[in-house]
Amino acid sequence: MIQKSRLHIPHPPARPGEKPDFSYLQISQPGEVMRPDVNTHAMDMTDLAHSMVRVLKDDAKTTGPWNPHLEPEVLQVGLRHMMLTRAFDERMQRVQRQGKISFYVKCTGEEAVAVAQTMALRPGDMLFPSYRNQGLQVARGRKLVDLMCQCLSNTRDMCKGRQMPIMYHSKEGNLFSISGNLTTQYPQAVGWAMASAMKGEDDLAASWIGDGSTAEPDFHHALTFASVYQAPVILNVVNNQWAISTFQAFAGGTRVPFAARGLGYGIPGIRVDGNDFLAVYAVTQWAAERARTGAGPTLIEHVTYRASAHSTSDDPSRYRPKDEFEAWPLGDPITRLKQHLIQLGEWSEKQHEALEKELEKHAADSWKEACTYGTMSEGPSLDPSNMFEDVFKEMPEHLKKQREQMLAEGEK
Amino acid sequence: MAQMNMIQALNSAMDIALSKDPAVVLMGEDIGYFGGVFRCTEGLQRKHGEHRVLDAPIAEGGIVATAIGMGVNGMRPVVEIQFADYIYPAFDQIVSELARLRHRSAGDFYAPITIRTPCGGGIRGGQTHSQSPEGIFTHVSGIKVVMPSNPYDAKGMLLSAIEDDDPVVFFEPKRIYNGPFDGDPDKPARPWSTHPKGEVPEGHYTVPIGKAAIVRPGNAATIITYGTMVHVAEAAAEKSGIDAEIIDVRSMAPLDVDTLRSSVEKTGRCVIVHEATRFGGYGAELSATVQEECFWHLEAPIQRVTGWDTPYPHAFEWEYFPGQKRIINALRAVLEA
Repeated sequence: MIQKSRLHIPHPPARPGEKPDFSYLQISQPGEVMRPDVNTHAMDMTDLAHSMVRVLKDDAKTTGPWNPHLEPEVLQVGLRHMMLTRAFDERMQRVQRQGKISFYVKCTGEEAVAVAQTMALRPGDMLFPSYRNQGLQVARGRKLVDLMCQCLSNTRDMCKGRQMPIMYHSKEGNLFSISGNLTTQYPQAVGWAMASAMKGEDDLAASWIGDGSTAEPDFHHALTFASVYQAPVILNVVNNQWAISTFQAFAGGTRVPFAARGLGYGIPGIRVDGNDFLAVYAVTQWAAERARTGAGPTLIEHVTYRASAHSTSDDPSRYRPKDEFEAWPLGDPITRLKQHLIQLGEWSEKQHEALEKELEKHAADSWKEACTYGTMSEGPSLDPSNMFEDVFKEMPEHLKKQREQMLAEGEK
Repeated sequence: MAQMNMIQALNSAMDIALSKDPAVVLMGEDIGYFGGVFRCTEGLQRKHGEHRVLDAPIAEGGIVATAIGMGVNGMRPVVEIQFADYIYPAFDQIVSELARLRHRSAGDFYAPITIRTPCGGGIRGGQTHSQSPEGIFTHVSGIKVVMPSNPYDAKGMLLSAIEDDDPVVFFEPKRIYNGPFDGDPDKPARPWSTHPKGEVPEGHYTVPIGKAAIVRPGNAATIITYGTMVHVAEAAAEKSGIDAEIIDVRSMAPLDVDTLRSSVEKTGRCVIVHEATRFGGYGAELSATVQEECFWHLEAPIQRVTGWDTPYPHAFEWEYFPGQKRIINALRAVLEA
């Protein structure tokens, strides 16, 4: 049976010990892709789904119709948010390794997606993040110490100890509660956007999933409802090439780009260089304008690379070459924006180093402060009986009884 | 005989099944090249080929649905759902399709599928990596539901499940993958090599589905439990000095009523222990069964020790987890009544 099998089995381009190979990746030249009017019909701009919007050139200069022409001050803010996200990640990875938190997920190499998108949207827009979008939290001004308290499940944890690390939320920041399940929030974002349209408001919703998660049926639910009701929503696929150990070909991404999934539903799909801050900003601005003017939903595929492990429970050296990120043709989003600012004369290596140190210190100081609100082993801690709260709005009798039982048994 | 932990025992069962029956195929997220996030399928793709040990797209419903199609077309798929907490996208396929296919086609079509899935808490997994949803599946007619509590049973029951022509949902209590766990998280981890059930034959054998096991004989009270809680119950009996008889249910559906009946008829007292939530849980079925079968022998109301009726909280894992203390309290309650 083994010899006779005619089944096709996808493969990644390289396994451990082999030379990284990204020749499968279709990359357009910066400036090459047209920028159509936002009201253009999806079927009249299908090329957007198959090419790649890029603004930054190899010489760090900008080019083409997608250049968002941002002020240097805005770019500096973007750079800072990305660097802060990375400093946060580095600190949290380290404390996880020291056993101070149970779990962590880094977003190294993908910072431009979350940061540029948040900056291109309005504070009233509702974000439905995945677990690798901490840049959304940072760019929306959530304090590192608040995020760290969540990871510590301590007395200042916004989830009151109920969620694993990284499952943040912020009601006032319009950042929805993160679920550990995949793609479940994608169609919920569509529903939020439908309500916004029903209420006659112009706030939009945006959601993020990975390449692997497009295989879940909720992806189809989201696109169907978004298309049917022309919901003001931006649906993002962060194609970082890897879903834990599984290459994106296992979600069908190497046959047709994920962006092109939109076309089957009549939704414009647009593929963007996810490590080009300016390009991500520009396509998000374009999609937001579509949503706000009633032109409907947009599917954006951000082509990027997951430079870190899936999580602190993962070991990527078992399934991909160790030096793959160094060979990644779209580079590092922080380095690329930094080079652009230096080229503009608005930044320097010295300033960059100083900022890096400042943010590292900020992350370290934030961690120290977060620990004063309790760690897993010492300091103040939440009252365990709070686990019975918020199961329902009003605590039912059987939960009151169980809470009493827990407290009584604790004393025995 | 060899020393195996539960991961190695499960791996050995799948290795044997793949070697013995060309119709057996494995499929699941990260199970192929990588060998699974818990390493249960490590080395199996290398040995049996990538046409028999398949990495799957992240789509649990798709995994079960395509397994049904393969099963109907002569294969014998063993699929892995990475965490039991992620089984719900496959729920419709399991409940509406897999469980009823034989019945609705009057026996003409069936799908001999095994669905393996790690369950239970105690690994700081929060609400999305800690659930014990067995009771949701035992409520469905047409599927068998099992949960082993040690490497020996894990291997023997997995081979039984794979060879069974009916679908089996095979829950693996992940807290005891590497060693028995007595409910005390502060104690150093104990490996399976220190436990008699860590002795596992290297070759083929089966442990039948539908048979409970008495893991500790006793006369004072009966503890009915399964999975991780078997070891917690043993430690609780030891610590309290109460001569409890402990029954490892192993197979929730079908249920070995005879073993439960003869034990409770002997002891007259019964404590039911599971990690899953209480309300409408599998313990309610056990309690009803004992009441129906042993009413005239019962000396005290049946006690249930379970997880609380809340989502599994990340920070309060050990306040949530039904540990030794709660089991001892319940034992005392049935003895004092």
